[in-house]
Amino acid sequence: MKQSRKERTIVILTITPSVVAVGVFVYGFIAWSIRVSLSDWIGIRPDYTFAGLKNFISLFKSVRFLIDIYNNIFFTILFLAICVGGGLFLAILLDQFIKGEGIFRTVYLFPLAISPVVSAVVWKWIFSPKVGVNVLLTNLLSKIGIERTVEFGWYTSTASFGPFNIALIPIIIAASWGFVGYVMAMYLAALRGIPAELKEAARVDGASEFKIYMKVILPLLKPITLSALIILGHISLKMFDLVYVMTGRGPGFVTDFPSIFMYETTFAANKFSQGAAISLVMLLMVAVVIIPYLTMSLRRET
Amino acid sequence: MKKKIILYFVLIIFLIIFLVPVYVLMVTSLKGFEEVSLASMWNLPKGLNFQSFISAFDKLKGNFLNSLYLTIPATVISALLGSWNGYILSKWKFRGSDIIFTLILFGMFIPYQSILIPLVLVLRSIGLYGSIPGLIVTHVIYGIPIVTLIFRNYYAGVQDEIVEASKIDGSNIFGTYFHIMLRIAIPAFVVAIVWQFTSIWNEYLFAYVLTHNPRVQPITVALANLAGSEYVEWNVQMAGALIITIPPLLIYIFLGRYFIKGLLAGSVKG
Repeated sequence: MKQSRKERTIVILTITPSVVAVGVFVYGFIAWSIRVSLSDWIGIRPDYTFAGLKNFISLFKSVRFLIDIYNNIFFTILFLAICVGGGLFLAILLDQFIKGEGIFRTVYLFPLAISPVVSAVVWKWIFSPKVGVNVLLTNLLSKIGIERTVEFGWYTSTASFGPFNIALIPIIIAASWGFVGYVMAMYLAALRGIPAELKEAARVDGASEFKIYMKVILPLLKPITLSALIILGHISLKMFDLVYVMTGRGPGFVTDFPSIFMYETTFAANKFSQGAAISLVMLLMVAVVIIPYLTMSLRRET
Repeated sequence: MKKKIILYFVLIIFLIIFLVPVYVLMVTSLKGFEEVSLASMWNLPKGLNFQSFISAFDKLKGNFLNSLYLTIPATVISALLGSWNGYILSKWKFRGSDIIFTLILFGMFIPYQSILIPLVLVLRSIGLYGSIPGLIVTHVIYGIPIVTLIFRNYYAGVQDEIVEASKIDGSNIFGTYFHIMLRIAIPAFVVAIVWQFTSIWNEYLFAYVLTHNPRVQPITVALANLAGSEYVEWNVQMAGALIITIPPLLIYIFLGRYFIKGLLAGSVKG
């Protein structure tokens, strides 16, 4: 649309506050964090003495950070697998145009409206070694005549599977409970957008329902799978509230995450320069996933 | 027919799994203090007992109000800001406006840890650290990307001719916004408001790092503190968790459709 000079001025002037706010609070602050990460700042008083990459080097030498990275990888793999697999499964089931679809959809999606702090409180109870599932299992066993107290450690367990801590499983379950519905909604929206004629045509050709999904529908859903993986992947890389409230870092860091390490280093131990370094590694991990995605989806649009 | 039965069976199994936490919340919070024992942990309560709700409400009522004082203004300001930004970035594009939009959008994906230290320093230096207005400013600014996205996607579906026609009728850029765009954008407003209200109400990281005085802390922080305390019984924690959940759950029940739209907008494509 043609714009007069006056209109152009109004456009620029009125969009400026938001652009400046994001410019300063996102980009300016990231630059500031980079400066802090290259300093020697320990203690309450800011100290910007240049220290080079010292904080990053010591970070990658620290055992705790290594554990955090493994925890985060293990968590991400299982969390993504459950959410994408479960979400697709539920979406296909709900796509069969059944009665009461609304009720099922509503229930599968409601965890998204609930604060991670609330999920943390409930799932902490469910997987608490003292109450919750252990008690349920003990009671069930005694009903069938076996008198034995079930004593799984759940999120306090220090058992591991190679470098992967078993204690993370309750947290993975809690997080997946929150996000399966999200992936389901994404797939369901896409499934509803597929023209019915496509399925009809395959059916006329004599393809079974299963085959139609495998050969016709699933390939069409590939972009949704990619979006889901990227959105959930970046959520899992920055996960904080749920884990922090549910278990904290756990015994021997079994449930520690980079976000918890960052918080404790910065605001409990006052090692600001090291905290900034952790936060920037987190940012880098997220950026690697998000930047290609953003440029891709915007290029597609124009 | 047999296929339908299996289908329903599977769907109902999942329904039950999804509702386990709700069962736990309800059952535990409705039990009296003396009724909470290991053996009856999973059983239904013997009667309705609101003791733990009274006790939780007493502990959390101030924080509940804090959350309202925070969430309502932050949501309204963000929605208004988003509606203007979206209007400009879709109907008054200029050279570089798409790049600016992309750069703004990146702000909603960053781990907020990476801006947290400067944020604390700046809020401290302007006297807003540890206050609700400080949290409002924070949520409004970091909410700009998502609200701009919601409105830009919405206006993108509105034909450019409407803007042209309104120009020919003699409306200027503001006139078109106030007389036409604001009116047709009501669905987008509902999406933005529902989304921002829910996310700000449920948010924890900013609330936890930016407020230390229990008297200004939002309810998520207060609940996490309850849950971390050795001296607070499970039933009171669960009752507190239910109290926090009421506002977002009401929104979800009555405006669920808009909530899902906001959710899907978050995956960038509108």
